[in-house]
Amino acid sequence: MSVLLNEPGQFIEVEPVRSRRGIVWQTIKRRPSAAFGAGILTVVFLAAVLAPVLAPYDLHDQVGPVFGHPSWKHPLGLDDGGIDMVTLLMWGARISLVVGFAATFVSMVIGGTVGLAAGYFGGKTDTILMRITDYFLVIPDVPLMIVVAAIWGPSLFHIVIVIGLLLWTGTARVIRAQVKSVRERVYVKRARALGASNARIILRHVLPQVAPLLIANTVLTIAVAIFDETALAFLGLGDPSRISLGKVIENAFQRAAISTGAWWAIVPPGALVAVVILSCSLLGGALEDALNPRLRVAHLSARSFRLRPLVGRSSDAL
Amino acid sequence: MSPLLELDELHVWFDLGEGHELHAVQGVSLSLEPGQRLGLVGESGCGKTTTVLGLLGLLPQNASVAGRVLLNGEDILAGGEESIRPHRWVDLAIVFQGAMNALNPVKTVGSQIVEALEVHRMASGVEARRRAGSLLESVGIPADRGDRYPHEFSGGMRQRAAIAMALACDPSVLVADEPTTALDVMVQAQILELLDGLCRDFGLALLLVTHDLPVVAQLCDRAAVMYAGEIVEAGAVDGLFHDPRHPYTRLLFAATPDLHGDGTPVSIPGAPPRLDRPLAGCPFRPRCDRSFARCADERPVLKRVEGGGTAACHLNDSPVEVTA
Amino acid sequence: MSSNGRPVLDVEDLVVRYPIARGLIGGAARRPQRWVHAVEGVSFSLGRGELLALVGESGCGKTTTAQTVLRLIDPVGGRISFDGEDITAVPSRALRPLRRRMQIIYQDPYESLDPRLTVRATVEEPLVIHGAGGSKAGRAELVHDALTRVELTPPELFLERYPHELSGGQRQRVAIAASIVLGPDLLVADEPVSMLDVSVRAGVLGLLDRLRRAGLAILMITHDLSTAARFADRIAVMYLGRIVEEGPSREVVGDPRHPYTKALLSVVPSRDPRNRSRPQILTGEAPDAVRIPTGCRFHPRCPVAITDCREIDPALERAGGREHLAACILARSG
Repeated sequence: MSVLLNEPGQFIEVEPVRSRRGIVWQTIKRRPSAAFGAGILTVVFLAAVLAPVLAPYDLHDQVGPVFGHPSWKHPLGLDDGGIDMVTLLMWGARISLVVGFAATFVSMVIGGTVGLAAGYFGGKTDTILMRITDYFLVIPDVPLMIVVAAIWGPSLFHIVIVIGLLLWTGTARVIRAQVKSVRERVYVKRARALGASNARIILRHVLPQVAPLLIANTVLTIAVAIFDETALAFLGLGDPSRISLGKVIENAFQRAAISTGAWWAIVPPGALVAVVILSCSLLGGALEDALNPRLRVAHLSARSFRLRPLVGRSSDAL
Repeated sequence: MSPLLELDELHVWFDLGEGHELHAVQGVSLSLEPGQRLGLVGESGCGKTTTVLGLLGLLPQNASVAGRVLLNGEDILAGGEESIRPHRWVDLAIVFQGAMNALNPVKTVGSQIVEALEVHRMASGVEARRRAGSLLESVGIPADRGDRYPHEFSGGMRQRAAIAMALACDPSVLVADEPTTALDVMVQAQILELLDGLCRDFGLALLLVTHDLPVVAQLCDRAAVMYAGEIVEAGAVDGLFHDPRHPYTRLLFAATPDLHGDGTPVSIPGAPPRLDRPLAGCPFRPRCDRSFARCADERPVLKRVEGGGTAACHLNDSPVEVTA
Repeated sequence: MSSNGRPVLDVEDLVVRYPIARGLIGGAARRPQRWVHAVEGVSFSLGRGELLALVGESGCGKTTTAQTVLRLIDPVGGRISFDGEDITAVPSRALRPLRRRMQIIYQDPYESLDPRLTVRATVEEPLVIHGAGGSKAGRAELVHDALTRVELTPPELFLERYPHELSGGQRQRVAIAASIVLGPDLLVADEPVSMLDVSVRAGVLGLLDRLRRAGLAILMITHDLSTAARFADRIAVMYLGRIVEEGPSREVVGDPRHPYTKALLSVVPSRDPRNRSRPQILTGEAPDAVRIPTGCRFHPRCPVAITDCREIDPALERAGGREHLAACILARSG
């Protein structure tokens, strides 16, 4: 569909609208990696959300012997308490995802705000905020989590806060870089020259440009948050009253699943965590790539063009 | 005397996917004698840069090319990359648009010229460094500055360095794509003076690609005006200004302000046509102030006109044609 | 100067300097602070319905001057008066109501417009920011009117378009519409056409000319002397932070008095191939604005400099016609 536009005096034709809206959806459609990641995540998400409805057995029912072998009734066998593994995985995924999303939310809020403020206001604000970010970046994740969990106590809420506090720095840096670049764009300068308030400029002009990158970064952060939670739970620092995938692995580990040869108690939960993290990485990575302003250099590499025989002269051929 | 460089009906198509094709260059022919300066003039999107990239075989993967590029009578395009490569830089050199920003920032300027010499086996080691120094001198840069990095050079000096690099293998044809566009007018004058001197002293043939008519008017003997992928008029620069044979040429000059001229520049309404669809009639017709019936049906062909040049316009056929 | 009452813009001895970052170590080692002397004492005034072109090469300070005049950059010295009111040191909050009356358009039409906003939203935004136009309907009418004035007609065809659907010339017209919708007194145009095709430039410049005749005062920054010659009422030539020559454009172009102006004019190529004058090409390039030469700042490159030029820093004084000024001790011969 072409549209005719008026240059004073004459009409010109212009290409139809190719909006940048829905870049997330477009990326998913176009890139196999993104589609794969999104697909897996959707399945896991649905399974976790619908666990109370979909789970084949009750979470606390012992339906067989300790470390029962996989069978038709229990495709992934039973855990150290005789509980069906599939059920455990579905319920475990819930907590893992909840912690993942919640911690990421905390991280996004802090990191996004810090990045936005540092990038937009620059100067002293930027310097101070970036120094703070640097300090947080330098802290080693897992030892800190261990110390905090050990001192503060392992409740789900504490875990979420701790993970969130560790992850915000990555977001802050990425957002800051993007905000700095958008801030220098001419239309932002124009808005300032017009007398627009900072709030208006940020909300109307800066955030819409930053949002897609924020989404990509969020997805990638979820991967890390889930990993961190799993690690904490595995180390025994998770919330003892909640079953997360890490806890499932930890339980199996503690109860000698390995020496018993009950691989089904350890491998599936680990694999599920790995798959979820992989999916997040694929999706987040694909989004980031799609959003990166790539230098569209006409590849002046030789040997790549094609020769075409000329049919007749231009005046009659075309 | 056979021309040094000759383009014969050069066509370039870009594959846009989904069956669409952009016909960027539509049968361009031009010729260049040794020591001559030819200007290739046109506005953005007219295909002038694509034309020179095509003649050097530097087009991307989705491009297809037809036509002949004759260097001293030999068709170097016929064998594709194999037949072009030996001539690239050695006989045909190019200073790209924005070349001054394309210098490698982590290597000294001199070493980049040495690299050009060594890659083309013109010289190596000490001899190459000496030649690099003398090339820099010939473009007005003291030879010892070759040990500095690009960021230590000003814009004008970087452009000179890019020209020196292009001259490394002593080519007979230099293509310059918008060599002075990003430069101040005084630096532009210096670069134009340099190019003028190089043509005179070394017999270099210059193909100057630009949208800047006054630059062509001052530096070139002949020029070809491009519009919508084809040449609409070509000839001596004097004739193009004083006796244009295509309305676009006339209107383009009329749109160009002049320091001392009288009268106000007038813009040309409308915009160039899309090149991804077949065109009926003359591509300039929607914007032309003297079109008539024939212009809508029949596409004009580049023909000889009075005064020695060529033009593609029906108005040249019969001066007493009725206006629409 | 201005033909009806006081000038819209009056600038006196404007000085703008940027510190060159020393970094932590430099600051700690107490290295002397070095400055970029972007603008070093610029004075001019602009009246209603006048177009003043500030011309010069890169680094001469013309863009900095234009931005400082609008208080987008803060000056270190001098005085800026807008319609009689001193705005040199007014805090930015108090400047907001004034921003309605002074607007700017930028060089790059491809970056000037927020790609996510329609033409309507872009042109309406100034009205929303300043609470003008009353109701939604009132604003719509003002937007319609602005688009008509920039010759994007019929406006309905453009209202819902996004910037990427428009040509460069059309985008620039949208930017102009957004800047005139509030009815400003002063418009600063920073290289308004240098990124547009030649065949489109005259149209946009003609539009600015029509707006000027309707009463708008325009300060145009350009490096293109030919454009200035054809469209400006007055030209001020800048070199290294100072105005070295100023006057009615016909006089500055026809009878230049400053050696820099003469050299600059001589190297501007003409579109007429028969007009190949002997260009007076100056050697080298303008020095950076950190180390300004003593005496006349142009003397190191001046083809007619005498020994006095090394000591005397000439002021802008009458040279030639009544309103034609030049800063050169050799230009004083009436």
